[in-house]
Amino acid sequence: MAEAVSGAVRAGAADDRIATAIKNAVITGLIAFLLFVVIIGLKTENAQEGILLVPRLGSAVAWAAGAAIGRFLLEVFVWRGGRSTSEPVMSNNAIIVAIGLSFAVGAYLYLVPGARQQIANDVASIFGAEEWQARTRIAVELISFLFLSAFVAILAMGLVYLVRLALRAGGIAGSRATTQNRLVEFGAQFGPALLLIALALPFLVQGDQQRYAVDTAIQILTYVMLGWGLNIVVGLAGLLDLGYVAFYAVGAYTYALIATQFGWSFWICLPLAGAFAALWGVILGFPVLRLRGDYLAIVTLAFGEIIRVVLLNWYSLTNGPNGISRIPRADFFGLGFERNADPSFHGFFGLEFDPIYRIIFMYYLILALALLVNFVTMRLRRLPIGRAWEALREDEIACRSLGINTVTTKLTAFAIGAMFGGFAGAFFATRQGFISPESFTFHESALVLAIVVLGGLGSQLGIVIAAAALIGSGEFFRDLEEYRMLIFGASMVAIMIWRPRGLVSTRSPTVVLKERKAISGSLVKEGHG
Amino acid sequence: MSAADAPVLQVDHLTMRFGGLIAVNDLSFTAKRRDITAIIGPNGAGKTTVFNCITGFYKPTTGAIQLNHPEGESFLLERLEDHEISSTAKVARTFQNIRLFSGMTVLENLLVAQHRPLSDASLFTVAGILGLSRYRQAEAEAVEFASYWLEKLNLIERADDAAGDLPYGAQRRLEIARAMCTRPVLLCLDEPAAGLNPRESAELNDTLRWIRDQHGLSILLIEHDMGVVMGISDHIVVLDYGKKISDGTPDFVRNDPHVIAAYLGVEEDEVEEVEAEVQL
Repeated sequence: MAEAVSGAVRAGAADDRIATAIKNAVITGLIAFLLFVVIIGLKTENAQEGILLVPRLGSAVAWAAGAAIGRFLLEVFVWRGGRSTSEPVMSNNAIIVAIGLSFAVGAYLYLVPGARQQIANDVASIFGAEEWQARTRIAVELISFLFLSAFVAILAMGLVYLVRLALRAGGIAGSRATTQNRLVEFGAQFGPALLLIALALPFLVQGDQQRYAVDTAIQILTYVMLGWGLNIVVGLAGLLDLGYVAFYAVGAYTYALIATQFGWSFWICLPLAGAFAALWGVILGFPVLRLRGDYLAIVTLAFGEIIRVVLLNWYSLTNGPNGISRIPRADFFGLGFERNADPSFHGFFGLEFDPIYRIIFMYYLILALALLVNFVTMRLRRLPIGRAWEALREDEIACRSLGINTVTTKLTAFAIGAMFGGFAGAFFATRQGFISPESFTFHESALVLAIVVLGGLGSQLGIVIAAAALIGSGEFFRDLEEYRMLIFGASMVAIMIWRPRGLVSTRSPTVVLKERKAISGSLVKEGHG
Repeated sequence: MSAADAPVLQVDHLTMRFGGLIAVNDLSFTAKRRDITAIIGPNGAGKTTVFNCITGFYKPTTGAIQLNHPEGESFLLERLEDHEISSTAKVARTFQNIRLFSGMTVLENLLVAQHRPLSDASLFTVAGILGLSRYRQAEAEAVEFASYWLEKLNLIERADDAAGDLPYGAQRRLEIARAMCTRPVLLCLDEPAAGLNPRESAELNDTLRWIRDQHGLSILLIEHDMGVVMGISDHIVVLDYGKKISDGTPDFVRNDPHVIAAYLGVEEDEVEEVEAEVQL
């Protein structure tokens, strides 16, 4: 109906537009009222004789009216009688202004100490109620955090861009030097800028926030790595794997068991954990070779559960639900990070003992592992095996007609994806020092898959953004407890409405004859299993 | 008889059953080297089933399919895995409903077709990951070879576009180019002219003739477009209800009463009656 309405509006006069806007606003208000009348209009209250339902019709009506007014304003001022998705949302100038503005605000918040708290307090003091003050504070915190991130990102992008320009001595020359092209080029620096930020991150945050920030970044990077690993199976080869956490678990337990039983170093165990996980990838791959789509998903889901249940019940090997504790920590070329280690990191470099060194080392370790995974994946995409994976996702029958052995192609996808999962698992074990089957539930598989899907199947950069958003927001909203999942779900629904193919939906070709052109996500298939 | 003169394809007593249905019944024919051999027949005659048996997508119930390379090597196709039929026996095929890798560029499609030689050059991806020159050179050669076919099939301008973005006729041509990039001995085309306009059909005829003459290729094709079939075939095999009803030159087949009967859907003795009615 919306299309028909907007079509009519485009042809009609302004009055007509207002009339339809009012009509749509009323409809929106009615739908909103029907929803809100149960959610907001009825409140449960604990009373002595049980739970009482307290009607709050007024609130429900107010919320519905808010929705109706919002719809009216959107139709009249923003959509202007037609919702076009193909046109850019903002003009070039608007983008430049937006970049400048968020940079300035972010810089103010970053440079002026205490500005965030000050603003949060000022805004919160508008409200009288204690409850509302706390909520406002969280909102202001979030907004200022976004501005801060924007400031850091734009700063890094600017730096990378300037270095690029300096190296090339001059920007885009001649007729191609339009604002549009400059902006596109500036935007293309996002990936390198992200890397720059990642490298500098432990030093960007100082003071008592540092430990928390670096810890969160480690967690995000672990999921980035898992996402990149799963991306090979799901994004490139198009095989829907719901049991990816199994390989994470295999890697973690391999390291934990070898390190605690034989006392081998992390650096020897890491490749072993990867190899073991890859072996399990092949073992899973064999029975599911002939399955596709839903059937494949169900079997991989079961595989993930089997691994977890085995870990839970094989008491003599895995210590069951009690898990494995006192897993040795990774060392830095033989230098330990404990206070009484010999030789120790702080002793060797003549520093005061500080637990933060180990955390920063862990951070760089996972960053290096993730970058290695990224490098290998990018290389693999340009190799026959990577192209065969993508071809398999596009059309398996055509692959077979071109002499590609689909059996080995699928198995290598499972094996390499699993290997990266195994690396991440070994890292997880050495970072935590304690693992138990509880860390490897289906929830983890679902989360990693959500990261891959939200980021955009096959896109490396998209996965970074999705992991940062999902894991980061989970950390950020920790105070909100279960509302966290509400925000999580809402953001997923929002992304699936506006970007149904994920944040980065275009595919970049692996080989170019003359000119590199991004391929629209609508042409890229998701694979049939 | 020297190896080079031996027929490229010998199909002997091929039968394909699906449960109680006999899709192909005791079919035998040969395709000569450097010939364009057409398989025609009414809908449901079993043409595509024959193709799927030759290219390994079905395992025939009984019968033998022998492919002879000009160097003298022979392959029994019914004993090979489907990917070996392309990579070892060098039989390439296209599909009735186009099967391109639509999300990949035109050039990438042609590189996937050269998977085997590239994969060997990358030493099972080890040399590729390390970025050795051995692999880079092989890839440059593969791009070169792909460009040759893009040039020949008039697709070079679209090399960096997604295959799914091409118009229908170009997609058909790309499928042929992709099949040619596997360096086949026998090219099997399943209705290559389906959906093409008359001008594109005529171009297709020229292309196929050119491929046969320049590259010494043998072509097997299924086609409904009689303009294409009669125009370029050296040899036609006609199927009806899974059985061969005629086999010979275009002229012979055109005048064979069995064929006319099958296409008009009447018994043989009624053919003349019907022909008189439609003033043939």
